[in-house]
Amino acid sequence: MTDLLLAILAHPAVRLVVALLVVMAFVGANGMGLVYLERKVAGFIQRRPGPYEVGPQGLLQPVADGLKLATKQLVCPQGADRLLFWLGPLLAMAPTAVCFLPIPFGPVLTGLELDAGLVLILAFAGLNVLALCLAGWGSNNKFALLGAARAVSQSVAYEIPLLLAALAVVLQEGSLNLSTLAAGQAGGVLSWNVFRQPVAFLVFFIAAVAETNRAPFDLPEAESELTAGFHTEYSGMGFGLFFVAEYTYMTVVCAVAATLFLGAWQGPFLPGVWWMLAKVYGLLLVMMWFRWTFPRVRFDQLLNLCWKGLLPISLANLAATAVILKLVG
Amino acid sequence: MASLGATLKGILSLLVGLRITGKEFLRPTLTTHYPRKEVANLASFRGHIDLVGRDDAPAVPRCIMCGRCMELCPSGCISLGWRLEDGGTGGGPLLLAPGLPLKGSTRREPPAGPLGRELVHFRLSYTYCSLCGLCVQNCPAGALEFSREAYLAGTARGDFQFDLLARLRTRAAAPGARAHAA
Repeated sequence: MTDLLLAILAHPAVRLVVALLVVMAFVGANGMGLVYLERKVAGFIQRRPGPYEVGPQGLLQPVADGLKLATKQLVCPQGADRLLFWLGPLLAMAPTAVCFLPIPFGPVLTGLELDAGLVLILAFAGLNVLALCLAGWGSNNKFALLGAARAVSQSVAYEIPLLLAALAVVLQEGSLNLSTLAAGQAGGVLSWNVFRQPVAFLVFFIAAVAETNRAPFDLPEAESELTAGFHTEYSGMGFGLFFVAEYTYMTVVCAVAATLFLGAWQGPFLPGVWWMLAKVYGLLLVMMWFRWTFPRVRFDQLLNLCWKGLLPISLANLAATAVILKLVG
Repeated sequence: MASLGATLKGILSLLVGLRITGKEFLRPTLTTHYPRKEVANLASFRGHIDLVGRDDAPAVPRCIMCGRCMELCPSGCISLGWRLEDGGTGGGPLLLAPGLPLKGSTRREPPAGPLGRELVHFRLSYTYCSLCGLCVQNCPAGALEFSREAYLAGTARGDFQFDLLARLRTRAAAPGARAHAA
């Protein structure tokens, strides 16, 4: 009986279902936690307490916010394309669960061992742009359309340095499997890829901030010029899904950055999963720190930074990696 | 080469910014949790206007009923009325600088002796007040001041129609009435 149970549990399909369930629970809890964290960070940087009234230290604030969003009326604007309008938030949220599957949260704590795990994440994360595009187009609103147009050109631009930076690490390790990449960084802090590929790490992180539409690159939802950008017309959970999706993608890119450059679950004393979570949330904190420090860039500055700055740098870095590998290896 | 220098300078400025916000992040918060704690530095707070009592009789306003505040108020939120002490009614606003009549003004020359008027009401419609302070600045008798009412809250418009004369009398009757030092 026990053998049978173990056999069922060990089946790849069961493992996948369990992993998806865990990931979905994690996505929800993570979204709430990050909203709270973001508001607290914003508060502390501005020398105010942040959420404080709901629950001890405002801990229940995200619950109250979530209830508010969930109970609000869903409004579809006049003249909007109903199908595309509602497809937007769903398509933003749906691929997030898949993105977590190949990430190694521990030596064996991986949802799905994939030889091309990195490609899977990048491919599914790329769907987010489509969601923003549909939302902006389907809203029948000029602010939303402008936001969507910005989102597309920004994502198309920054995906390239992001890929090239990741590719440098892949080239060095010779694998697209995130677990292999993580295992390759064993043996102390100095063997982390951030020290072997510092340029790639910087480029990756900057491109990741831009890819997730975070300040100072949050032009698709620039409040001061576009009301709320692509999600201007969304109310209630329509907006809520975009919101959670944004935080989830932030977590995904931070997890990938931690896996590629910061040794993933490698660390002394504690079990690997705690090290992985510490690194991911550390990077997320840095992203929030950026948001509350830097003013928003102009659109031409944004694209100039990518096409004239990050792209040549990451290309040169990739070429240098290849040359060094050829010479040394 | 020049652009490299500019880039490095820019990166340095970003790091300086991060250092500043990082430092502020770690320092204690500055705000006061209102219902549980209140701030003490209300001395410079501009609340709605209040009448100032006479030094010898705190319940009697210093107001000389010239009507200047009423005319100056850009929002028209002040209204005052008076009666003549001899029982008569009427008596328009007084000319503040006798011998210098204002064009189009209906102000009258003030009497040589005591005014012979008594303030009957001084009402403030605070919902329209923009706290510009023109009335306080221009009162020739120093009869107006800003109150320290920082925690005004009400559920009806009527809560902000103030009878300043009644407020002055209440304040004068209250123990430890504040003597005005102007």
